Amino acid sequence: MKKTIITVVGHDTVGIIAKVCTYLAENNINILDISQTIIQGYFSMMMVTDVSASEKSNAEISNELGSLGEEIGVVIHCQHEDIFNRMHRI
Amino acid sequence: MISIYEVSETNKMIEQENLDVRTITMGISLLDCIDHDLDVLRKNIYEKITGRAARLVEVGDEIAGEYGIPIVNKRISVTPIALVGGSACRDPHDFALIAKTLDEAAHAVGVNFIGGYSALVSKGMTPADEMLIRSIPEALSMTERVCSSVNVGSTRTGIDMDAVKLMGEIIRETAERTKDEDSLGCAKLVVFCNAPDDNPFMAGAFHGVTEGDTVINVGVSGPGVVKKALESARGKDFETLCETIKRTAFKVTRVGQLVAQEASKRLQVPFGIVDLSLAPTPAIGDSVAEILEEIGVDQVGAPGTTAALALLNDQVKKGGVMASTAVGGLSGAFIPVSEDQGMIDAVNAGALTLEKLEAMTCVCSVGLDMIAIPGSTSPATISGIIADEAAIGMINQKTTAVRVIPVIGKDVGETVEFGGLLGYAPVMPVNRFGCERLVARGGRIPAPIHSFKN
Repeated sequence: MKKTIITVVGHDTVGIIAKVCTYLAENNINILDISQTIIQGYFSMMMVTDVSASEKSNAEISNELGSLGEEIGVVIHCQHEDIFNRMHRI
Repeated sequence: MISIYEVSETNKMIEQENLDVRTITMGISLLDCIDHDLDVLRKNIYEKITGRAARLVEVGDEIAGEYGIPIVNKRISVTPIALVGGSACRDPHDFALIAKTLDEAAHAVGVNFIGGYSALVSKGMTPADEMLIRSIPEALSMTERVCSSVNVGSTRTGIDMDAVKLMGEIIRETAERTKDEDSLGCAKLVVFCNAPDDNPFMAGAFHGVTEGDTVINVGVSGPGVVKKALESARGKDFETLCETIKRTAFKVTRVGQLVAQEASKRLQVPFGIVDLSLAPTPAIGDSVAEILEEIGVDQVGAPGTTAALALLNDQVKKGGVMASTAVGGLSGAFIPVSEDQGMIDAVNAGALTLEKLEAMTCVCSVGLDMIAIPGSTSPATISGIIADEAAIGMINQKTTAVRVIPVIGKDVGETVEFGGLLGYAPVMPVNRFGCERLVARGGRIPAPIHSFKN
């Protein structure tokens, strides 16, 4: 299973999670875990997702989520989990 | 499971501290392209490069998108052309035509630099080596993306002073031929001692003859990340400082290793090495000089700078080595003047001189790099600068290099603009006393006593 980490960082507003989750549902992306907190005053959310059932490529998902983020006024990244595993786990 | 704080730390490094993979460099052997007919040779070279590297840029961009890590450059290094063109080239102009082919191939596959217009002459020059060297000014003035390097010495062989003398003249001539662009040609020309076969960084990258057919080497970077991490160690002792650098270097290198492995897998080309280098860019906060200042000198060049750099270089290696399966290339801290805002500021403030930079090259991974000097500097003086750097490399069993730019028509106090990653630089003063007699002697400086290890 190809796990992808989606991060959302920005000012907290109504409906951030709803909009991101709607996009994920529409594209058949399963959410495995969600956590959120405030880091240095910013709303930060991390989702661990499984994108293997989605018809879209990683690049497409990443671009579309990026645009969605711009609409909401937050920054959304979509990255393969390995970059974090490699950096933080031996 | 990875925590939100760890994810946030990684993304902060990328977004705010300029963490990136500086280059994926594909090394391609051109030995099987050799032919006695120049046209056939050029065709073979073009086809091999465009065939092997056809997907290099695409795959680099794909990996960057998937992992969210910028991969700044995609580049190619090839077998030193002096070896490849020896049987086909009759004069320097023939060699320059090969440079043109390399440039065309680089454009075709979309890489921004191709290295390997090189000769390895640490003990002596073959006629082909000399022809290639003599063709460098023409080659660099009529190409855009070709980088050239010449290895004039090594710990095992000593220093070929004939080549050193010649390179002083060639650098000067290259500057003349590219004077309309502030002598930009010299920014793509490096003179080495102990050049590594697997260096992914330009302008000195070439694909050594000890390498396989095709290989992927990756150069990581991240001065901004180290600088930021060190802010948390202000006022603390050296043990804490070193530990912080090591931890950061480890993290940065792990990213490089991941990218290298992925690129190798997707391109079906063996993985070579990760080069653990702190390579600055002119971007604010992406500076090696700022790290040295964070360690505790007011401005680079102040007493203590060499010690700080030695420590930094060593800790980067210690942290990085464990993070990668194979480390090579130059691996250490780069101290180019024009590509580092902190260095430029130090020169402008009068804190940093050519002599202090020379001292710093004794303990860092490269040498006198991207330094603009007055256009009136004589070829013999340039040769003297090369000889000094080569001697440091030879005696200390390390790579040293010289990439100086005698900017034609400019003098101390003026500034030269190269643009992009190459940055801009103040023209630095050079010692005005001559070394003509030393350079004119000819012959070789023999290998040092500690080269006899057998």
